[in-house]
Amino acid sequence: MNKTLLSGLVVLVGPVALLAQPQRNLIEISGGERPAIAVPDFRGSGDAQARMAAFNARLFEDLQDSGQFRMVPKTVMPLHVPQQPSDFHPPSAGSTAPWLTDWSSSPVSANYLAFGYTAIQQGQLALFGWLYDVRQPDLHNAQLIGKVYLGSPDDAGARSVADQFASDILARFGAHSLAGTKIYFVSDRTGHKEIWSMDYDGSNQKQITDYRSITTFPVVSPDGTKLAFTSFLHNKAEIFMFSLQSGRRLPFFNQNASMNAASDFTPDSQHLLLYSTASGGVSQIFESDLDGGNLRRITGTNSIEVEPKMNPKGSTYVFVSGRGGQPQLYMMNSNGLDASRLTTGEGEAVNPSWNPDGIHIAFAWTRGFEPGNYNIFVMDVGTREFQQLTHGVGRNENPNWAPDGVHIVYSSRRGRTNQIWTMLADGTGQHQLTTQGNNEKPVWGKAVQ
Amino acid sequence: MSHRISLYVRNVGAVVAAAALLTFTSACKKKAPAPPPAPAPAAEAPAPPPPEKPSISFSAEPTSIQKGQSATLHWDVSHATDMSIDQGVGAVQSSGQRQVYPTDTTTYTLTAKGPGGTSSESVTINVTTPPPPPPPAPTESSVDIINSQVKDVYFDYDKSDIRDDARTVLTGNADVLKKVFSTDSQISVTAEGNCDERGSAEYNLALGDRRAKAAKDFLVQLGVPGDRLKTISYGKEKPVCTDATEDCYQKNRHVHFSAGGQ
Repeated sequence: MNKTLLSGLVVLVGPVALLAQPQRNLIEISGGERPAIAVPDFRGSGDAQARMAAFNARLFEDLQDSGQFRMVPKTVMPLHVPQQPSDFHPPSAGSTAPWLTDWSSSPVSANYLAFGYTAIQQGQLALFGWLYDVRQPDLHNAQLIGKVYLGSPDDAGARSVADQFASDILARFGAHSLAGTKIYFVSDRTGHKEIWSMDYDGSNQKQITDYRSITTFPVVSPDGTKLAFTSFLHNKAEIFMFSLQSGRRLPFFNQNASMNAASDFTPDSQHLLLYSTASGGVSQIFESDLDGGNLRRITGTNSIEVEPKMNPKGSTYVFVSGRGGQPQLYMMNSNGLDASRLTTGEGEAVNPSWNPDGIHIAFAWTRGFEPGNYNIFVMDVGTREFQQLTHGVGRNENPNWAPDGVHIVYSSRRGRTNQIWTMLADGTGQHQLTTQGNNEKPVWGKAVQ
Repeated sequence: MSHRISLYVRNVGAVVAAAALLTFTSACKKKAPAPPPAPAPAAEAPAPPPPEKPSISFSAEPTSIQKGQSATLHWDVSHATDMSIDQGVGAVQSSGQRQVYPTDTTTYTLTAKGPGGTSSESVTINVTTPPPPPPPAPTESSVDIINSQVKDVYFDYDKSDIRDDARTVLTGNADVLKKVFSTDSQISVTAEGNCDERGSAEYNLALGDRRAKAAKDFLVQLGVPGDRLKTISYGKEKPVCTDATEDCYQKNRHVHFSAGGQ
């Protein structure tokens, strides 16, 4: 259904894209046919019922946004919704009590059923939650999860128990939970561009730097322990290294150059990729130790070379180069040789980000549009097949993959301000995470221990 | 304390006087009876001399200063137990000196109190205001010249080539900079490259740098000393306007020259 809708949008805003590219998802969110899950509305006893609107919305959202399931529409669900295992009764003459087959057969055709109820117990909101595989012959075999979850007796608590339950359900399917992961980004809400962090759902937004200058381009190490960024604190672009464990700045030696900018960590988190004018001329790509030492030049051209990103599963770089005119994405070996262009040469292609699978990249491209009108694309760097994920929703830039390889965080200018959004790798499930000031250049880091 | 000592001394005096009287009386016993002496006066010591009034020597050196200079008060006081100088100086020892910085003509009064009474002496320090220094000769600073006469240069989208209009501007800038650099060895100039908002921030950082270097290279070709010209890039982080119009984009695709120290 989503694909049909997307194709319709493509026809409206980008006919070129439709003709050139097959409309299939490069990244199948769950790697094949997604199981169908039925999540009927849960009810609460007594005072708990007042929290159920928040609970039901959140649980449905968590499971839908994970991209792991096909969500069974609530309209086709049976009238009798079980609230606890004892509500199930094997079919018998005249019985209208629920049974597993009510959920597994048409029109529901679910593989799984999440059900339960809530109650206020000793001042806490208690969720009694079950997950059943409704294709099993009996209740004993059907039960996958049967657990009590506790939260505060308010809407925040209701959302919290929904998150806990959803996280357990996702874990049953081997899906990576994003709980504990952090998004680092740039916000100007204080009047200056500073580095901020937030949880993956947009909550818990915190200011990290307070340099009152222009501080931007955050990159987080794959191990989640370090943050590098670029600041004009000393009146020119310089790299700063920051420990996310101690919350302190680490020493970093900047080359004596008109600009030094951090771009990425190597997959082992032991080196930094940067672009700099340290070689005297135009910006080139370098690699250094985490303290800026042992600088190694990788590109040797007379054109602008920026944004090197190393393949997490190999040693090739994807980067942005102006060697062919307007900026395009290129790939090269770690010695800087054998560069080849990945994008078609149309428009401007920038902001590459590797999927943890080492096969796909996400990037921003103006292909088919005026300069500045970027959309988010994904590409299989082996086949160079690409797919446009955002369509007709303003200017979209700086995509960055979540550690689960399924979600993408990016910035989008849909009104007068830039804000940070997340979506699934097929372009569905777009959510806005920020609202205050302008927010841009998000990077998604794994949970810090 | 000194008061108690003087009382003691006075009593000793009375004892001595009484003893002298007794000695005189016994010596008379060996002679012919004589008429009884005149009755001794009441056995009372004579009053000691009154304590001296404090004496003060108080002077200022010099007695006339210019505003901002200091003068020194000297004093020497005797026969006093409490000494103080007004105008904020406060209690002082019986002899000493103190540097003072009056901003206006000021009279200092030293007051000394002792058993003999209170004395005071005054000195006046005349403070004159120096004439204002002659006004500096009016000169335009190098920074002012650079800010007013060195113009921004503009670029095409995604380009760092020096356009014809920029050649004219840079040629004028070169003349100004050569003149300023030859007369002021302390000043330097930074070429700041900027871009419009359409390209990516990352690419624009490098593009702005390239524009700044292109402008610098052009100036150096015209004879401006390269070691006095720095380059930096703000990419698209320091826009002069934020409208999504070609007019505003053009304003932001520029190199600005700012003056600074070497």
